[in-house]
Amino acid sequence: MTDSVSDPSVAEPGRTDAEADATPIPSHVDTSAAPLVDIVGVNKHFGDLHVLQDINLSVSKGEVVVVLGPSGSGKSTLCRTINRLETIDNGRISIDGVPLPEEGRALARLRADVGMVFQSFNLFAHKTIVENVTLGPIKVRGKSNAEARQHAMDLLERVGVANQADKYPAQLSGGQQQRVAIARALAMDPKVMLFDEPTSALDPEMVQEVLDVMVGLAKQGMTMIVVTHEMGFARKAADRVVFMSDGQIVEEDEPDAFFTNPQSTRAQDFLGKILSH
Amino acid sequence: MGKFGQMMAQFDLLHAFWVTIQLSVLGALGALVIGTVVAIMRVSPVRSLQLFGAGYVNIIRNTPLTLLLFFCWFGLRISSGIQLGLPSDPTQVLSLRWAIIAVAVYHASFVAEAIRSGVNTVPQGQAEAARAIGLGFFDSLRHVVLPQAFRGAVAPLGNVLIALIKNTTVAATIGLYEAAYTMKGMIEFYPQLLYVTFALIALGFIILTLPTGIFFTSMSRKVAVQR
Repeated sequence: MTDSVSDPSVAEPGRTDAEADATPIPSHVDTSAAPLVDIVGVNKHFGDLHVLQDINLSVSKGEVVVVLGPSGSGKSTLCRTINRLETIDNGRISIDGVPLPEEGRALARLRADVGMVFQSFNLFAHKTIVENVTLGPIKVRGKSNAEARQHAMDLLERVGVANQADKYPAQLSGGQQQRVAIARALAMDPKVMLFDEPTSALDPEMVQEVLDVMVGLAKQGMTMIVVTHEMGFARKAADRVVFMSDGQIVEEDEPDAFFTNPQSTRAQDFLGKILSH
Repeated sequence: MGKFGQMMAQFDLLHAFWVTIQLSVLGALGALVIGTVVAIMRVSPVRSLQLFGAGYVNIIRNTPLTLLLFFCWFGLRISSGIQLGLPSDPTQVLSLRWAIIAVAVYHASFVAEAIRSGVNTVPQGQAEAARAIGLGFFDSLRHVVLPQAFRGAVAPLGNVLIALIKNTTVAATIGLYEAAYTMKGMIEFYPQLLYVTFALIALGFIILTLPTGIFFTSMSRKVAVQR
């Protein structure tokens, strides 16, 4: 790949595939089986705006993929299509070999296997911390209250907010709320975790505590798709970086290669802007 | 004082207000049930239900309550012969039942709007988070959206209830012995006590509505969801 000054308005699907193949694969990533998340030829419009343009992305079990890109590049939208919080115009998304159902119970079942962490936490405001974590296991997985509570307390312990279990979300700091949100998603024993800009709404001093939890998860082999602006996290925990711009995946590479030697002009431009200050 | 005592002996005002209270409470309960169902239809993802809910609210809310009551009493009961009970039941019992239905159906449209405004106070992210952990449409509503929507709807629901209590006076038009019907009798037989009568009936309604308003306002503060 030598065309580092490519025309930004032209999609380059062939090129990203080639680069994905060239990316060295870490030993903990299981590529022998079918991909856990498989996105093929996905398009989406918001009115006239073509927010996702022929997106292809496969994520293997145990892989941590970080999606980077400027605001409005479609990365959050992509993340939200994976559990169908956003519908797609065409293309195909499957989780663990099962195509995303259109609606109804099958979709609810599949969503239960896909953990999601939102930018604005979205903890259930009328429920206590521990109730936030136990709601899904009790109502969706059919666990007993006692069993769900035990598991929830273990998870809250793991993310460091067990001592806040009986408070309400509004009584916690943003960082604490986001860690509870991670525990809530983990309580469903998800196959994959989606993070949609999990630290963007946090005060700077709270970013690290959330990232620490995420790095811990990545080390334990959780499959993760993370939309973020945290380059430090991408360097430290990602197996692969996906760079999006204007609704296209422009470049994919392992983090070191991407940060030190970005191939596309748009990635160079983006990194130049965020790394220069 | 002689005339006043005579009037109070002739007209059982306490009983009249007791009928008003029964009509208010039962009508309000009916309105809450119907209104909640209509509100759920309006926020459901099913197009036909949305249309039905919107149609209900827009037609009923823009129809005079008197017309609805006459429709029930003269239309459904007398013309179509629909019975709410045995033919031997006293007319007062039957007219109370039909009045409850008309009051419930009419105010359900306002309840539905109050709950929908409550649903609108619940951020989109709450429903998204509920769906993301695998809750279906009804479980999301039941466990996440509606509990918060009702808290946000307490104050507007209080306003609906106050209006409902005062609107029960239209039941006088089908001869139900409630507060307004009794007032009409008092005016007819004791015109010299006209302003006393007005004051008395107004006082009765204020005793019912003022605490209702205070209760709902303090409740809405107490149950408000902290965000």
